[in-house]
Amino acid sequence: MIIAERKPIKELLEMLVGHDHVLLVGCKGCVTVCNAGGVREVGVLASALRIARRRQGRPIGIDEMTLDRQCEPEFISWLEEPLREKGYTAVMSAACSVGPQYIAERFDRVAVMPALNTKFIGGTLEHGVWAEFCRACGNCGIHNFGGLCPITRCSKGLLHGPCAGSSGSKCEVRPEVDCIWHLIYQRMKNLGQIEKLKALKPAKDWSGYWSGGVRRVVREDLTL
Amino acid sequence: MKAGSNLERLLRSGQFTITAEFVPPATGDRGLIERQARYFKGHVDAVNVADNMGAVVGTASWAVSRALLDLGLEPIMSLVTRDRNRIALQSDLLGASLLGIRNVFCTTGEHQKFGDHPEALNVYDIDSVQLVNAVRGLSGSGKLLGGAVCDKAGPFFVGAAANPFGDPADFMILRLGQKVRAGADFIQSQPVFDPEKFGHWVRLAREEGLIEKCFILATVMPLRSAREARAIHEKRRGVEISQDIMTRLEGVPEPEQAREGLRICAEQMQALKEMKGVQGVHIMSAGREEVIPELIKESGLETARARD
Repeated sequence: MIIAERKPIKELLEMLVGHDHVLLVGCKGCVTVCNAGGVREVGVLASALRIARRRQGRPIGIDEMTLDRQCEPEFISWLEEPLREKGYTAVMSAACSVGPQYIAERFDRVAVMPALNTKFIGGTLEHGVWAEFCRACGNCGIHNFGGLCPITRCSKGLLHGPCAGSSGSKCEVRPEVDCIWHLIYQRMKNLGQIEKLKALKPAKDWSGYWSGGVRRVVREDLTL
Repeated sequence: MKAGSNLERLLRSGQFTITAEFVPPATGDRGLIERQARYFKGHVDAVNVADNMGAVVGTASWAVSRALLDLGLEPIMSLVTRDRNRIALQSDLLGASLLGIRNVFCTTGEHQKFGDHPEALNVYDIDSVQLVNAVRGLSGSGKLLGGAVCDKAGPFFVGAAANPFGDPADFMILRLGQKVRAGADFIQSQPVFDPEKFGHWVRLAREEGLIEKCFILATVMPLRSAREARAIHEKRRGVEISQDIMTRLEGVPEPEQAREGLRICAEQMQALKEMKGVQGVHIMSAGREEVIPELIKESGLETARARD
């Protein structure tokens, strides 16, 4: 899932300067799962912002709403009625950054602000702890590495093994993190595939990554 | 002979070879580079010119390499994959060829977190093995990584790093094999403070048939003090300083520890010269180039340049 975390209240208050009537919109997708932007978080955030503004002597009206997902135009259209009827000057979106962008594209006369920082594609390590597992490079080759991703999980994204800083099975850059190459080596050993690690890998094809503007996936069978 | 550099000539002729590292300061002042160069001239066979060592901005390794050539020194130009993508790296290699640089040393480079721009965006488009392969392509068939053919660059004598002290040990040998197969001609190791462990790695490399395919230079590092030794041991991963060395340094008063560190380093150089499969030493002085002449004198080793 996409992991996000809430921006600091101070930063959100700076965004809200000049606005007195705002709609805070949550998302029931990924950011609910990682406790960043669901119904409960929207409630807590709205209260915190109201209290802070009251203390500043500039009270703010914040209404709350949480969409099933903000990455679908159909759900974004649910905002049409409240925006038309309540006269909000701004929408603050508590979704990954697809949400505020969809809202901005749909409604050209309302200011849109992100309440969250979109962090990465990851999974849950333990309650309240998430880590990155995928960099969405668009060309998955983890079968070559025992099913583990060195592109994402090695600090240098190396394809031939660890750098010199990795001894002790921990990453030099983030000592609390296992060196992924130690895990890969162990896995390959268990699988009897050490030979696969000896092979020279060609320079990676990054063309499916950050190299040509917006990436698209088209499923002909699903298009209307 | 492949590249025809002095370093290649010495190693191929079986002579024990001494290289040393130069970490260029961030300067546009040629005079400063020239003043630093006097610590190498006549003392070492070739000079590794670091490429933004420790992710700290320094003057471009190609430019400093050219300046050293002008001074009659032989440079080994370092290239790290941290800061440039394959287009820039290959472009720099062609430029190096144009400037008459014949030795190239390929590494990934320390992560920018440890440098003076920790917030920089890194590149790591290719890794060190792939960079070695790129140099070989340019140098041999005049082929770029993307497949296009260009005028041959170099030819280059290609170096790479190896970590004999990493674990698991058999993975470290596998890594060496990758670099040799990618086209590395010579290897400079991580600093050696445990000759026994290093000797074991060399033996493993020999068993794998890798020693015949590349030249091994063992890196040595003169320690300044017991405090520095402890800091390196604790903070610099991949470098372990043995208790013997620590005890020796701690056994002399602090003002004399630098001298003792130099003596230890000189002894290590002598011991490494006797080690089968090791064909040279590489001095990593961590920015203290001024100790190099004294260190070599203390070791009793002579460089081929000095012999000539």
